[in-house]
Amino acid sequence: MADNLKGLVKEPVFDNNPIILQVLGICSALAVTAKLETALTMAAAFTAVCCLSSFFISFLRNITPSNIRIIVQMTIIASLVVVADQVLRAFLYDIARQLSVFVGLIITNCIILGRAEAYAMKNPPIPSFFDALGNSLGYSVILVGLGVIRELFGSGSLMGVQIFPLASEGGWYVSNGMLLLPPSAFFLIGLFIWAVRTWKPEQVEKPDYQIHQVHRTEVL
Amino acid sequence: MELVNLAIRSIFVENLALAFFLGMCTFLAISKKIETALGLGIAVVAVQGITVPANNLVYQYLLKEGALSWMGLPQVDLSFLGLISYIGIIAAMVQLLEMFLDKYVPALYNALGIFLPLITVNCAILGGTLFMVERDYTLAESAVYGLSSGAGWALAIVALAGVREKLKYSDVPDGLQGLGITFMTVGLLSLGFMAFSGIQI
Repeated sequence: MADNLKGLVKEPVFDNNPIILQVLGICSALAVTAKLETALTMAAAFTAVCCLSSFFISFLRNITPSNIRIIVQMTIIASLVVVADQVLRAFLYDIARQLSVFVGLIITNCIILGRAEAYAMKNPPIPSFFDALGNSLGYSVILVGLGVIRELFGSGSLMGVQIFPLASEGGWYVSNGMLLLPPSAFFLIGLFIWAVRTWKPEQVEKPDYQIHQVHRTEVL
Repeated sequence: MELVNLAIRSIFVENLALAFFLGMCTFLAISKKIETALGLGIAVVAVQGITVPANNLVYQYLLKEGALSWMGLPQVDLSFLGLISYIGIIAAMVQLLEMFLDKYVPALYNALGIFLPLITVNCAILGGTLFMVERDYTLAESAVYGLSSGAGWALAIVALAGVREKLKYSDVPDGLQGLGITFMTVGLLSLGFMAFSGIQI
């Protein structure tokens, strides 16, 4: 049982990462990663909502009629997101302001609904909780990784503390402003995907169109 | 004039897909062919054009602080119920639109059929509504914002589908095949759209 739970948590982090392999939940993931602080807050809020929603959805799975299950799941998720949103506004108001609409958008994050449909509806509450935890960790790893790279090289700081003294303030580091702009997040995720797939070649996708390899001798 | 400006800004400068990363899941998953991308784009424009003004009415007359004064309850603030009501309205609107199209415009229904339910959980739709609330638009502004942000999203997905159709004949490194190169393409598109920033009439 314990090994099983460990597998549930570990598997989605690298082998079946929700962002880079299943292409889920990218929506709200990219916009909040220009700073590590917001990325961490977002990851924490997401983990809380995802684990609890899987737990409760699985708890109610035997009494949920299957034709209205999406509505039931949406209501559970939306209520949890309202709680998370209110907590963030009460205790971390500045960060909640920076995250703006993206906390609310956790509702439509496909990872949560995907986990509810694919796992929590068929399994008991405790494994569902750990399955959701593993997937949230997979999401958080990418989010925090992006946050670290973008803040460290984009503005030379981490969590708002200056690590590299900026050239504009008399230091030596010329900041890369591009990393603070939206497109850089796409490039970085593309590179992440490349790195992970080079490390684990079984994740490589088959090309739609096979390019015919022409050998030198055939041309001559 | 204000409204035209708002429309241009939300189509090009503040493009939902390329500047705010909204609706990314469907954006990446359903952009392999131009035809399907176009169908989905039109569905998003329609749903966005209906739900943003509808949610605007709900926000202005039911949820906003002091909005219930027409019922004689001026000090009630229900804005914490926002998220649940918006997603409920979006789900209901999508369902209604689906039934309406099925009955009166079957050709369009068959073309959009599979995409409509998908749209309920598209973050671009909920995102549009949340931006409307955050920026406190009026009804006219929110109608324009809904239609034009939907159009911006549609433009982006059709552009990406066009690029991807050609891209499948190119020789991509193994690790980048499929998803990886798509991300790179979206990044370049997004850089291109940044050139629009600052445009005003």
